[in-house]
Amino acid sequence: MANVFSRIGDWVNERAPNMMPAYRKHMTEYYAPKNFNLWYYFGSLALLVLVNQIVTGIFLTMNYKTSAAEAFNSVEYIMRDVEWGWLIRYMHSTGASLFFVVVFLHMFRGIMYGSFKKPRELVWILGMLIFLVLMAEAFMGYVLPWGNMSFWGAKVIISLFGTIPVIGGTLVEWIMGDFLPADATLNRFFALHVIALPLVLLLLVVLHIFALHEVGSNNPDGVDVKHGPKGNRWAADKPKDAIPFHPYYTVKDLFGVGFFITIAAFIIFFAPTFGGWFLEHDNFTPANNLVTPSHIKPSWYFTPFYAILRMIPSFFGTAIWGVIGMFGAILLLALLPWIDKGEVRSVRFRGLGFRIALAVLVISFLALGLVGAGVTAEVIPEWFPGVDVTTWENAFGRLMVLGYFGFFVFVWIYTRFGFEKTKPVPERVTMHD
Amino acid sequence: MIKRYLSCLALALGLAAATVPALAEEGEGLPRAGTNVADKASLQRGAKLFFNYCVGCHSLKYVRYSRLAADLGLSEDEVMNNLNFTGAKFGEPVISHMPEESAKGWFGKAPPDLSLEARAKGVDFIYNYLNSFYLDPSRPVGWNNTVFPNASMPNPLWELQGLQVAVHGEAKPGEEAAVEKLSIAQPGRMSPEEFRGATRDLATFLEYTAEPAALERQSIGVWVILFLAGLTFLLYLLKHEYWKDVHESH
Repeated sequence: MANVFSRIGDWVNERAPNMMPAYRKHMTEYYAPKNFNLWYYFGSLALLVLVNQIVTGIFLTMNYKTSAAEAFNSVEYIMRDVEWGWLIRYMHSTGASLFFVVVFLHMFRGIMYGSFKKPRELVWILGMLIFLVLMAEAFMGYVLPWGNMSFWGAKVIISLFGTIPVIGGTLVEWIMGDFLPADATLNRFFALHVIALPLVLLLLVVLHIFALHEVGSNNPDGVDVKHGPKGNRWAADKPKDAIPFHPYYTVKDLFGVGFFITIAAFIIFFAPTFGGWFLEHDNFTPANNLVTPSHIKPSWYFTPFYAILRMIPSFFGTAIWGVIGMFGAILLLALLPWIDKGEVRSVRFRGLGFRIALAVLVISFLALGLVGAGVTAEVIPEWFPGVDVTTWENAFGRLMVLGYFGFFVFVWIYTRFGFEKTKPVPERVTMHD
Repeated sequence: MIKRYLSCLALALGLAAATVPALAEEGEGLPRAGTNVADKASLQRGAKLFFNYCVGCHSLKYVRYSRLAADLGLSEDEVMNNLNFTGAKFGEPVISHMPEESAKGWFGKAPPDLSLEARAKGVDFIYNYLNSFYLDPSRPVGWNNTVFPNASMPNPLWELQGLQVAVHGEAKPGEEAAVEKLSIAQPGRMSPEEFRGATRDLATFLEYTAEPAALERQSIGVWVILFLAGLTFLLYLLKHEYWKDVHESH
């Protein structure tokens, strides 16, 4: 048997001599720093969720009907009459939310350990493009079940383009193919969700990984292992503090996968709606353009950006500032390699100012999520009876918007004008376990 | 290190378990229905009530009689003789015979399909709604509801519950007096305790119709989690074995 495999290997090698070296380059001879910690699981987990979304998505399309008249019924058909349809659907819907959980943590890791800094700016930019496409993908997927929140969510988000001066109104009609989200909208969103965006996403993911493997992975110490001593037990010319990705990080990531899918299974089998956060109550009612849900709000993973949109007031007779703010919040993240000019990568050796700013960024982002999800509007009257909810919510929300954008302004000034007092960076990486 | 991972797992599962009920926002502030969708007897009693009192107006268009029989542990004959009053075939869904046009004329709008009501509104809402009807001559059909004010549905279960009336508090000047509590003016066939049990059964049945997969998912889920926990432990051992090389070559 082994003989057969090696003969097939030889046969392939003769015809495509660069294919085996590619495997070595990205797996057995990709040397990664040996001191990855918990934060380094989320990249491979994001890849796992992507595969899950594609595979479950394929099975969902086998029974889903792309039509405003039938979409909602076909989803219930999947939930009730298709063998294991409920499991496939919950894996897909839970996967969508967990995708954002792991991607947010993955991005936070990058900011915390300075993974976006030179020479990894291209990796970071490609990652931000993935994030952008992922948001479009998730938004369009959310419209497909054609529940009432699908409909109203689509209406609100598409209307954002209406704030663009002059062409706004026409653009909105062009996107929807109708005057309201309707059959035409559903069909084009299906096409984009099922084939166009996934293709782009896959291409970007491949480029993201290739770009990473060109420069090599960063690590929690932000130390460049390539500049350290050479020679390890696997190769004499490779960094001493690096280990082959396969098998060491493949088995480690497999363990991470086991851990992660245990948690995912808990949600899928015991709390698939996650208390209305992963699947919303209002989306169990079919789309109805005459009945507005009591609170129109996007899925939880859009709420921080949605809050920025809501909290920025309109002035000069246009509401476009909120839209600019919302997209600006993402653009600033993408520009982080040029905003943060600090030489030291890892938060472990960076100045106190950066640590505090990072904490402010995380707190504002989470708080904006609560504002966008309408949690603050519910909590304020309970905690402070008698106050004007809108005033308080706006005050709190705008403070958090300032916190979010303040991070970028502060970090630029802090690092550009040499205010940062960093700690000495060690020569070699450290291992804690 | 394994302790650190185990404490992470415990923390993550604990957080998930703690957030889920805390986040169950719909029907907020209402007393809990306390349903248990795995309770077959309760489901059967709820189904009986539904087919005696609700199906005249409300459909369950996503629920087939045959599926009901299988999930509630009933035979085809039991379902066809005791629950199916519409003359539908065994494999067909539960469709009310009330003509939509007439319904619009009688109630202002057609009674909604109830297949997904428990997922859209929550079981607590259904349970409390059914307990909160009171006589109100100012309304077109003579009934009102404290949980869903000005609902167009009259109390379908009045024979069981009896006639409930509102006890109003003192009116503030310029406002109508708010309903302070409801009391039974004329007892029905059930005691208040029995009636709460019956409405709980009905809410349980609608919880089932909203997600028939819930029965299967929870019973399989336990085994899936146990399997995955075991697999994760084996993967940890595998990782530990491989990484001995790395720790040795410090």
